[in-house]
Amino acid sequence: MTTATDIGIWNFALVGTPNSGKTALFNALTGGRQKVANYPGVTVERKAGAFTTPSGHRVNLVDLPGTYSLRGRSPDEEITRDVVLGRVADQALPDLLLCVADATNLRVAIRLVIELKKVGRPLLLVLNMIDIARRRGIDIDLDKLSSELGVPVVTSTAVRRGGTEELLRRLDTLAVAAGKTAESTWAPPTTSDLRAAQREADRVIKSAVGQPKHPDTVTGRVDAVLLNPVAGLVVLLCLLFVMFQAVFAWAKPIMDLISAGFDALGVLAHDALPDGLLQSFVQNGVISGVGSVIVFLPQILILFLFILLLEDLGYMARAAFLMDKIMGGAGLHGRAFIPLLSSFACAIPGIMATRVIDNKRDRLTTILVAPLMTCSARIPVYTLIISAFIPDKTIWGFVGLQGLVMFGLYAIGILSALGVSFIANHFFWRDNATPPFMLELPDYKMPRLKSIALGLYTRAMIFLKRAGTTIFSMMVLIWFLASFPRPPEGAEGPAIDYSLAAIIGKWLEPVLAPVGFNWQINVALIPGMAAREVAVASLGTVYAIEGGKEAAEQIGQTLAHQWSLATALALLAWYIFAPQCASTLAVIKRETGGWRYMFITFAYMLTLAYIAAFITFHVARALGWG
Amino acid sequence: MSERPVSLKADQRTPLGLVARGFRGHIQAIHVAESAHGLSAAELEQRLLELGFVEGAEVEVLHEGPLGRDPIAVRVNDTTIALRRREAMAILVS
Repeated sequence: MTTATDIGIWNFALVGTPNSGKTALFNALTGGRQKVANYPGVTVERKAGAFTTPSGHRVNLVDLPGTYSLRGRSPDEEITRDVVLGRVADQALPDLLLCVADATNLRVAIRLVIELKKVGRPLLLVLNMIDIARRRGIDIDLDKLSSELGVPVVTSTAVRRGGTEELLRRLDTLAVAAGKTAESTWAPPTTSDLRAAQREADRVIKSAVGQPKHPDTVTGRVDAVLLNPVAGLVVLLCLLFVMFQAVFAWAKPIMDLISAGFDALGVLAHDALPDGLLQSFVQNGVISGVGSVIVFLPQILILFLFILLLEDLGYMARAAFLMDKIMGGAGLHGRAFIPLLSSFACAIPGIMATRVIDNKRDRLTTILVAPLMTCSARIPVYTLIISAFIPDKTIWGFVGLQGLVMFGLYAIGILSALGVSFIANHFFWRDNATPPFMLELPDYKMPRLKSIALGLYTRAMIFLKRAGTTIFSMMVLIWFLASFPRPPEGAEGPAIDYSLAAIIGKWLEPVLAPVGFNWQINVALIPGMAAREVAVASLGTVYAIEGGKEAAEQIGQTLAHQWSLATALALLAWYIFAPQCASTLAVIKRETGGWRYMFITFAYMLTLAYIAAFITFHVARALGWG
Repeated sequence: MSERPVSLKADQRTPLGLVARGFRGHIQAIHVAESAHGLSAAELEQRLLELGFVEGAEVEVLHEGPLGRDPIAVRVNDTTIALRRREAMAILVS
């Protein structure tokens, strides 16, 4: 193997304690767009990037998951250990380790530096967030710290423009000067090693760091409210409540605009193209199908705006603190909170984030229930049906009924995840002791506009890319199914009744009629296996073709005429549970290393979906909503 | 969690898992009594040490969870760590 130094490229690695800002520094140096947030455990994979030092030297930089030690107690920490020790086949041994430390919180970071010194690689300590430390009056004697540790020290503020200039300026000289490598004497630290290293770290800090006369109390004062046993829970519930109300209330004008835009585009295509198959394909297949999904972009972005703000503020770890007793009661690991929270965006990053969980069974439980958290792909399905069937009225004087139903759907998702976890722990893995919960509560930080904007942009791009690829290709399929074969000469009724779509939909009727689904829903569920929002687009296409040229109404209005309330509610219930996402199942297979848990997830979710839809449909009919 | 009677006189050591919000003190010892944590006693000790719960460190209980006053948020030197009282039983403070 050729080492990278032979060809003149340096390999640097970012290591450090969780939430010290490694990824922010990585983004600042490489111009990358990796996700950053104010809670420990955001990065669970190694991420590679490159940059050039002021003297023109190329550097390959790898960002690693945060860790308190190189012991590697969970899958994400193992990655860090293996890269640092040069045990990864396709990753050269780092020429320089940049140990990133939160300058306001040095104790544990300095102990990690002491451990890293044993690896024998050139090492540089980067005191990140130095601006905050200085503002708080923490007085760090850099020369003293450096001489006490025997490691060069530089400062940085990764999130500010120019905040990495000093680091860059010194990298050239440091990379060469620090370049004394030694044989690694690292071994997993024992408890006495840890105690000795911490004592040494405390001694170094005492000699080189002056603590402020007036400690910063903002976080403490905010937490006095947000972590108050009563007020804290009220605030958490209010936040969730406002979030779902906003998803409906704020998005409406923009959604109307997008929807009108696609309608106009459809009319344009209709007029520009000659009557026939091509016209139908462009107007009903492409524009109406893809448009019916893209219209939900504003709602998804509003939801993410809330999530990103709370993440950057540092609230997420607090929410985990408030919810811990409930989660622990259901047998979930304390660190499962953040993976489950990520699953509100999408179960895929959520399942990946379970790598922070050390215990294999706890990790499996979290993976099994993560798809039950309401992901953003369900939003189009939920909001389409809610807008069409739930009256837009205010109850109790201030609560929007539509937002309340949405809130309820999210709540059912969360409660069922807790329930499934409880059952798994008490009936299948009975000998599994409740694992510990230990989580650092980071100091609050003002959310940064740039980071929020970047997060929203990333989410929007993911969504639009899906609309352009998965959803588009499924639309071509569903249009084909709904258009062929053509009806025979002189046939009566709508042409779609003779199509493959109708044949398949009706073939599934014996199974799905008991839960209230008509053949149009049945056929939409099949391409909906690829991704949840495809079902919405499929319904759009099927009803657009069925309605023919006269179908000027929007899909929501069509549904309101064609379905009973019982059917609509049954479909909502179905979507809380149904495993309608091929990518999630693929990630479960990859992360659990086999088919077994993928099939278990698929089977239990499908069963729950069927039961829930069945009960909902029959209860709704009994209530006279049939 | 068994509420073991705590003798404050016996060299003044109390498990951190039993103290109330507002408590301030120093860590005297890390001693994991049982291994009913889904982890071995040594592993739990190691994790507490890694988070900075080391003999001599200053601790303050800042917050208590809303249900059963559990978990607790503990200031240990300049860091705030949330942990359950069950695990905090291993941290002896005075």
